[in-house]
Amino acid sequence: MRQNFKENCMRGIFFLSAAASIAAVALICLFLLANGVPAIGKIGIVEFLFGTEWSPSDVPAVYGIASMIVGSLYVTAGAIIIGVPIGILTAVFLAKVCPKNLYKILKPGVDLLAGIPSVVYGFFGMAAIVPLFGNSIMSACILLGIMILPTIIGISESAIRAVPEHYYEGSLALGAGHYRSLFFVILPAAKSGILAGVVLGIGRAIGETMAVIMVMGNQARMPGSLLSGARTLTGNIVIEMGYAEGLHREALIATGVVLFVFILIINVSFSALKRREK
Amino acid sequence: MRKYSEKIMAIITWAAAILTAGVLVYIIGYILYKGLPYIKPSLFAFDYNSENVSLMPALISTVIMTLLSLLIAVPLGVFSAIFLTEYSKRGNKFVKLVRITAETLSGIPSIVYGLFGMLFFVTFLGWGFSVLAGAFTLSIMILPLILRSSEEALQSVPDSWREGSFGLGAGRLRTVFKIVLPAASPGVFAGIILAVGRVVGETAALIYTAGTVAQVPGTPLASARTLAVHMYALSGEGLHIGEGYATAVVLLVLVIGINALSAFAAKKLLKGKTGKKA
Repeated sequence: MRQNFKENCMRGIFFLSAAASIAAVALICLFLLANGVPAIGKIGIVEFLFGTEWSPSDVPAVYGIASMIVGSLYVTAGAIIIGVPIGILTAVFLAKVCPKNLYKILKPGVDLLAGIPSVVYGFFGMAAIVPLFGNSIMSACILLGIMILPTIIGISESAIRAVPEHYYEGSLALGAGHYRSLFFVILPAAKSGILAGVVLGIGRAIGETMAVIMVMGNQARMPGSLLSGARTLTGNIVIEMGYAEGLHREALIATGVVLFVFILIINVSFSALKRREK
Repeated sequence: MRKYSEKIMAIITWAAAILTAGVLVYIIGYILYKGLPYIKPSLFAFDYNSENVSLMPALISTVIMTLLSLLIAVPLGVFSAIFLTEYSKRGNKFVKLVRITAETLSGIPSIVYGLFGMLFFVTFLGWGFSVLAGAFTLSIMILPLILRSSEEALQSVPDSWREGSFGLGAGRLRTVFKIVLPAASPGVFAGIILAVGRVVGETAALIYTAGTVAQVPGTPLASARTLAVHMYALSGEGLHIGEGYATAVVLLVLVIGINALSAFAAKKLLKGKTGKKA
């Protein structure tokens, strides 16, 4: 009897622990929306999303985040253009080309790249990339391209390894060379897994904050060229939250809501891709 | 002609891998080169003041922050994993919901966690900028990581072990704690260490939850800055960039140690499995 009570008690505790993730997501949605959505209502959804001017200190203040949405999209696209080809090729190398001894060094290296904190990347970017391209979108793209490498390499590598060996053998038997088989048989077969990795990389890039604000200049206006400074959605929150009050503060939280919606869309497409892979 | 294209593909694959490795070596080399000259005993003095920007208080705060967030997240994560693998049937609606929410949590960028922590723990619960608010925010952030690695580790324990334990008359609870969990412990441990890595490197989620006070926190409700936040603060002031690099060196050493430990634990799990099968 006593045994039974203990069993049921612990079962209850395990159940409640499992419910914690659900509660966390519910609370995050609730608090972000409750604090952000009213501000969007007050500012006007069109003015907020498509307004190109952000001047909270003007009278009356203007809150338009279009320039930051564009900034975030530019930087993410740039990071993908730089990071994806290098990442996929490195994954091919790790999975199919790399000698065993080299793998033992290279693989932990890639893991280390994933473990380096984003402030450290930011410091590196400030000193090594900014002198070349200034505080600009270009600098942020290069830095983010490096930062998303481990994500893309990791997921692509396991997708490539999951392709059955006889695909490769079949290709060789038909007279294709080693690399031809890798690029035209193995890679297409691993397509959806690799795509999932790219989508996850997009999520990383759009959500990255500290490294980006350290190399991007953060001017809240429409970016003119790749070499001009710009601000991302994430940067807007960190830079101004420290001193914002009233509607300004709410507008920053609303910026977080927009970012959150972007992330949710990316998450949904990621899990859809992963399901298709199975 | 065919040989020619084979060669080109080989070259670009190798080039990508070399580029990835080169970037890693460059980043680490650069940080060491810039930071090592500033590693001096005075950097580890117990007092932080405007003349000697010692990192010791930040180091202590980092340890406190890590321990606190693990204290919250590890039981929650491991217990959820136990519920998902040992107590529920496959395809259960609740289990599906837990999986989806955990996946959502792992995709949310740290700045959104920071916003939520500020709205919920700092403002709504009235904890102010404090170590406690920071630790709770981080524990939600690392929960999915611990949950997933624990779940994978538990799943890798063969069913025959459970059946053996039941056959000897042990209850479910006893089986979980005496048989399954010990066998899965290296995998659980590897996940926890990865979570430590994320806590140590986190900045964006902490600036507006734990604040940036550069002293050792006296109580859980006092504000404090971790090493990563300390680095960011130094970069903003612009006066102590050298000390910032030195902090980066300390962070890098921590991250490399953490990665090595996690890889070691994972290897132990793998060895345990193959060893027992033979």
